Amino acid sequence: MSTLQVSIYRYNPETDSAPYMQEFQLDTQGRDIMVLNALEMIKQQDSSMAYRRSCREGVCGSDGMNMNGKNGLACITPLSEVVKDNKLVLRPLPGLPVIRDLVVDMGVFYKQYESIQPYLQNDTNPPATERLQSPEERDKLDGLYECILCACCSTACPSFWWNPDKFVGPAGLLQAYRFLADSRDTATSERLARLEDPFSLFRCRGIMNCVAVCPKGLNPTRAIGKIREMLLSNAT
Amino acid sequence: MVTNITNLGRSGLSDWLIQRISAVILAVYALFMVLYLLFHPGLDYATWSGLFSQTWMRVFSLLAFISIAAHAWVGLWTVSTDYLKQTGVRFAFQAVVMLAIFVFLVWGVQVLWGA
Ligand code: SF4
Ligand code: SF4
Ligand code: FES
Repeated sequence: MSTLQVSIYRYNPETDSAPYMQEFQLDTQGRDIMVLNALEMIKQQDSSMAYRRSCREGVCGSDGMNMNGKNGLACITPLSEVVKDNKLVLRPLPGLPVIRDLVVDMGVFYKQYESIQPYLQNDTNPPATERLQSPEERDKLDGLYECILCACCSTACPSFWWNPDKFVGPAGLLQAYRFLADSRDTATSERLARLEDPFSLFRCRGIMNCVAVCPKGLNPTRAIGKIREMLLSNAT
Repeated sequence: MVTNITNLGRSGLSDWLIQRISAVILAVYALFMVLYLLFHPGLDYATWSGLFSQTWMRVFSLLAFISIAAHAWVGLWTVSTDYLKQTGVRFAFQAVVMLAIFVFLVWGVQVLWGA
């Protein structure tokens, strides 16, 4: 019972002609460890296995992967949460090009993030000290700024799978709203104008896969709805 | 900004609005039809054609037809840009849909004001 059957997506473009699944047996000694711990034990068995990790506490966002069909961070996902029938299947985040094994090319994800201009823009003269916000104004950024850009949401979104070059995706749109909602930002209409076309924002079909997988408990769908409301009240 | 000349309003916002408004019109029209049929159990040709000979019913029906046309175009355009990756195939699909919608619309007008 304590031997876990782990099946891992393997692909090394330099040696493999096609991706394949490799089976591992893992003795967890009955402990409920994190998926990342399990991966590290497997790397002892086969050091050629590649994956990303850094903080191992859900902060850096580098170990997003697909565990038994659901995206999440391996370092904060206990085996008990995902393992079914003593089986664990690990795959790279769906929809992005695989560089090797569980490591994906996040280029298109970052490009979409860049497209929303994720930095504060203010064309008024800077005050002597800092730009102040009331506690209420600051509260509006809660649930937005916490995003760690792990890409679990965007790579779970069918609209992002079909049009990753045109649809900004839930992660990027959550950040778009983070700056639209910021009382110190004055580029609101330019930001909105960039999202009005049929793809950038309106490809969202409200499926809420993004909400279901976000390891930080954030709600991109709600942010997308708020941007839509802003666009609507701007246009009518 | 990403543009696409084959979409209806050239703006995601107007497409989205068209989709919502046409859906409401279609829901009202469908509800009206269901209720009308419920309240006229033994419906005969004279009553039915009497209903459609009134101007308000023709206008209401035309509104519903236009709504269906717009709704179908926005919806199928979206489906085609999601799933049809090859430009030629996508364009052919869009052309067929466009033609079909146009024919159905003209035909609908003819049915309403003909007879
Ligand atoms: S709600 Fe929108 S952004 Fe989120 S997964 Fe669904 S389509 Fe994608
Ligand atoms: S919204 Fe959540 S799932 Fe998406 S990138 Fe940010 S932290 Fe990750
Ligand atoms: S290793 Fe940093 S989030 Fe998992």
